Amino acid sequence: MAAESLLKVESVETYYGNIRALAGVDIEVNKGEIVSLIGANGAGKSTLMMTICGSPQARTGSIIFDGEDITKLPTHLIARRRIAQSPEGRRIFPRMTVYENLQMGAGLDNLKYFSEDVEKIFTLFPRLKERQSQRGGTLSGGEQQMLSIGRALMARPKLLLLDEPSLGLAPLIVKGIFEAIKKLNQEEGLTVFLVEQNAFAALKLSDRGYVMVNGKVTMSGSGKELLANPEVRAAYLEGGRH
Amino acid sequence: MTAATETGHPNVLAKAVREGIFAGVISFFMFLLFVGVETYQDINNALVWRTRWGLLAIFVLVAAVSRFLTVAFIKPHIDRRKLAKAKSGVLEVSEQKNFFHRHFLKIALIFLLVYPFLSLLIVGKQGSLKYVDNFGIQILIYVMLAWGLNIVVGLAGLLDLGYVAFYAVGAYSYALLSSYFGFSFWLLLPMSGILAALWGIILGFPVLRLRGDYLAIVTLAFGEIIRLVLINWTEVTKGTFGISGIAKASFFGIWSFDTGSANSFVKAWGLSASSVYYKIFLFYIILALCMLTAYVTIRLRRMPIGRAWEALREDEIACRSLGINTVTTKLTAFATGAMFGGFAGSFFAARQGFVSPESFVFLESAVILAIVVLGGMGSLTGIAIAAVVMVGGTEVLREMSFLKAVFGPDFTPELYRMLLFGLAMIIVMLFKPRGFVGSREPTAFLKERRAVSGSFTKEGHG
Repeated sequence: MAAESLLKVESVETYYGNIRALAGVDIEVNKGEIVSLIGANGAGKSTLMMTICGSPQARTGSIIFDGEDITKLPTHLIARRRIAQSPEGRRIFPRMTVYENLQMGAGLDNLKYFSEDVEKIFTLFPRLKERQSQRGGTLSGGEQQMLSIGRALMARPKLLLLDEPSLGLAPLIVKGIFEAIKKLNQEEGLTVFLVEQNAFAALKLSDRGYVMVNGKVTMSGSGKELLANPEVRAAYLEGGRH
Repeated sequence: MTAATETGHPNVLAKAVREGIFAGVISFFMFLLFVGVETYQDINNALVWRTRWGLLAIFVLVAAVSRFLTVAFIKPHIDRRKLAKAKSGVLEVSEQKNFFHRHFLKIALIFLLVYPFLSLLIVGKQGSLKYVDNFGIQILIYVMLAWGLNIVVGLAGLLDLGYVAFYAVGAYSYALLSSYFGFSFWLLLPMSGILAALWGIILGFPVLRLRGDYLAIVTLAFGEIIRLVLINWTEVTKGTFGISGIAKASFFGIWSFDTGSANSFVKAWGLSASSVYYKIFLFYIILALCMLTAYVTIRLRRMPIGRAWEALREDEIACRSLGINTVTTKLTAFATGAMFGGFAGSFFAARQGFVSPESFVFLESAVILAIVVLGGMGSLTGIAIAAVVMVGGTEVLREMSFLKAVFGPDFTPELYRMLLFGLAMIIVMLFKPRGFVGSREPTAFLKERRAVSGSFTKEGHG
């Protein structure tokens, strides 16, 4: 694959007050790839996600998206550059219906494609179609995750950021969601950057992966390499599901 | 049905007696100092106190008996009805609504349109002053204020405790600009709205980063600042004396409602002089302003900005990640809400002919907010009902002289207005924790509307 860089994170440091959460992170995501970032609790995975979206902003280093420096842009402008995020904890709008949630995702620019895009989401996640006039807060966890991803996709993103899509979900539902991600990647060439605790499933799905420890990237390689790596196996896979 | 839920079962009765006595004891101590003891000034102007054991006994009895009745009869009855409903498997959602329910809004609007003439017909010119002015206009002002605040609190989810500040800005804009420069009501009405919106933005900027309790404190302070400025800036606002002799609104510049003027409305139509025509005219103005507020709110909710407000209430972080500019969204919410407050304020000034800082105390903000919360945040119908109940209810209390028969001849019902106001609020919140109309009406549909009951949504998310 011709490796054309879409997102480039260079020696980024992020602080919460005086606490350094990211200690110089370098990550690159190429067009058409699925890249996953794995690591233990508190390693800084979600912070990296949030930093890419500009909340909090990186104190040093740079984030280049599609050839443009977005490090110091406010969050809503970053989102309008078509980086869509399904944030940690899903953060759907609980009192709005599924349909309205999807409409919120489309923003102003994509309203002309709206009906077409909604149909696409409903084919990808048929459960959402059944529940379209139900309130977001009444959905099950898995359905909320589907809605969160669907809402992000409504923005017609160039890059989809997924923060722990498997959090708190039954294995079968996780499988379904990961299959949907794979399908989007293969059929539409969607670039996906994925943060996961479920290292096995994430690495199996990904073209490449990064391992993060204490705010630093300690290892990187193709998904297969990392799966075979004894250190990764010992730290994140052994004792888990195989 | 188990035996325990049967009325008259010894267990239930014993429990009811116990709880009734308990309620009596609690209310005895609660009311002991407030009702049982009264202070007054004697002939020498010294403050002395006397006891009112009889009145206290009535209060305690009312509490004990109503608690007993609730536990013994009302609660088992409700439980049985719920059980029967659950057994028959009929969801409340699918219940066929009756004619009145379906056409409630149309009926209400028609009633409002004929209301002034109806009261003229029934109680005559002098009597209808009370019904048009004290009830009609008074309630509609609060409906409008609550609908305006609803944009900020109900839609955008920004808790504003200082809303009355914008009401004050509107009222003083009209009062000052009309008495200093002689501008007419129809010019100053939009201007007051714009000025209030400007102040909404001025308040909006410093509180952009605040939410919830912190926002509430700052807005509360803002309301007080405006009031204190009005009191202390005596050269312009005349301080606590207020501004009197504010010009009346004219009939769109064609006829005036001043009795002495050459082109007065009364002369032009050959009517006998009465202030009721002006009141009826004002009634229709405030009704139109209310309709405008409702129309704008309904339209905005279907537009991107209104949706952004609602999304902001639900989840600010998700909003930003979807490319919504939360700064402009919040500022427009403050400005739009404040604008309607300003309209209501200038109308208030034209109606009273007199404004003073007394009218814009914190209690007003609290009442307006209470109406929004009681009505069910975001629901226009619910808020209108809440305004009728709360404002109309307190007005009705002035009329309740028959209560003297129960509580003794020196009982003045209007002194208990706020007590009953609070009591009513507690009762509504107990039985309808989401307000009168608690479910949010969706604004976008793929094919057809489908009713989603509020009972499906999780508590705490509504």
